[in-house]
Amino acid sequence: MAETLLKVSDLNVYYGSIHAIKGISFEVKEGEIVTLIGANGAGKSTSLNTVAGLLKPGSGQIEFCGKSLIGVPAHKIVKQGMALCPEGRRVFLQLSVKENLEMGAYSRPDSEVNDSINMVYDLFPRLKERYKQVAGTLSGGEQQMLAMGRALMSKPRLMMLDEPSMGLAPILVDQIFDIIKNLHAAGTTILLVEQNARKALAIADRAYVLETGRIVNTGTGSDLLHDDSVRKAYLGG
Amino acid sequence: MLNYLISGISLGSVYAIIALGYTMVYGIAKMLNFAHGDVIMVGGYAAFCAGTYLGWPVPLAILFSMMICTILGIVIEKLAYKPLRSATSLAVLITAIGVSYFLQNIALLIWTSNPKAFPNMVNFIPSIVLNKGTGSEITISSTTIVTIIASILIMVALTLFTGKTKIGKAMRAVSEDKGAAQLMGINVNATISVTFAIGSGLAAIAGVLLCSAYPTLMPTTGSMPGIKAFTAAVLGGIGSIPGAMLGGILLGILEKFAQAYISTQLSDAVVFAALIVVLLVKPTGLLGKKVMEKV
Repeated sequence: MAETLLKVSDLNVYYGSIHAIKGISFEVKEGEIVTLIGANGAGKSTSLNTVAGLLKPGSGQIEFCGKSLIGVPAHKIVKQGMALCPEGRRVFLQLSVKENLEMGAYSRPDSEVNDSINMVYDLFPRLKERYKQVAGTLSGGEQQMLAMGRALMSKPRLMMLDEPSMGLAPILVDQIFDIIKNLHAAGTTILLVEQNARKALAIADRAYVLETGRIVNTGTGSDLLHDDSVRKAYLGG
Repeated sequence: MLNYLISGISLGSVYAIIALGYTMVYGIAKMLNFAHGDVIMVGGYAAFCAGTYLGWPVPLAILFSMMICTILGIVIEKLAYKPLRSATSLAVLITAIGVSYFLQNIALLIWTSNPKAFPNMVNFIPSIVLNKGTGSEITISSTTIVTIIASILIMVALTLFTGKTKIGKAMRAVSEDKGAAQLMGINVNATISVTFAIGSGLAAIAGVLLCSAYPTLMPTTGSMPGIKAFTAAVLGGIGSIPGAMLGGILLGILEKFAQAYISTQLSDAVVFAALIVVLLVKPTGLLGKKVMEKV
């Protein structure tokens, strides 16, 4: 039985008076790909942002490697081995590709940074070609690669990806999913949030379906792919 | 003519150093620290007290002044601005104006409104005389030379710092996206503190240079140069380091020429009119960058 890496219990998150996450619980075990699917506004990104420490939960528990993350600021959570590749990529547009990657390794000793940069270049040769370019001049797909590479720079045990395929051409979407599979094969545990439910379920070990801040269904990726209600709601029948 | 140009560059260099402080803080914390000019005044008084009352040697007095201002900058940020990190920019602006008046009035309480005669602290190198013996001699004072060199050194140092060092790059990351910077493991609050520390340390240097050139030190000494330097930062493109330098020097030259050829009373009006014209033509300032965004 693999170790539980991330355990979220009875989490509630509020935006002012709006109750965005209503008591959800889920977990990610070492070596898994877990996906959260659901419609716009279901609370998928809010869940990830809360786990990463960008949002403060109203109540509930978040444990990573057995240690509580409640009250730990976001910049310290990274150090513990969790990285979030945020929705909309949010690369630093005015920094160069290489500088973006360096920022990803901010909490690691300087001596290890170059090795990791080369590792990311191997994974994304396109980034190596453009290492001097300012990130704002990259295409959407390249920016997504940069955002993923940057998140990898912290050498995370758990990598959280928020809508990595958003706004990309279908061929790039396939590429991004291939890369996610490769990362997983290389030993990184993955928590994936996707609107492209079909693709996400196809690669996921397990999945949770979110609806207006609640988990309404859960199961293995292939179970949910063939589940009638899921098919109707998220896979177009 | 050359005389005015030189004194303009000299004044402009002081503006440039102040503007660099403005632009650093604006660029990274995205706020206008209107109290920046008053930190300069405190820097002037700190150097004055250390040099004149305590009789400390000049380098020590300047260091002392930088230390006081750096601490003051960090404290101001912690007490006044940090609690407002997620407030509207208008609330922060009003607070900054409040801090500005607070500092002026504290200075008034401690040092009274009687002007202090500031000793020139930077005349340690000989002045240069051009056109010697021709009857149209032009003297470039020691203060002028030191001021110009200091401003250039500071600009180069800041450019290298933000471009090459780890914390400098982190500052640029924070300036673009605080949330994403946190996800990288960057401590945003600490980074903003460092920014304020640097900006305020520069204010101390500007205070010493300003008071050495214009030796009347009063609680309001910092406010007008502060506003002019802010204008310079906007003129050059706020957030841009070379822009602050360029804006400062242009503004200094413009002010001196306006004083000489138009009218002493109207020189400030000319300066601000120039700002309006530049902003009408190029709203981002002379070297301001247009931020490209790709979704």
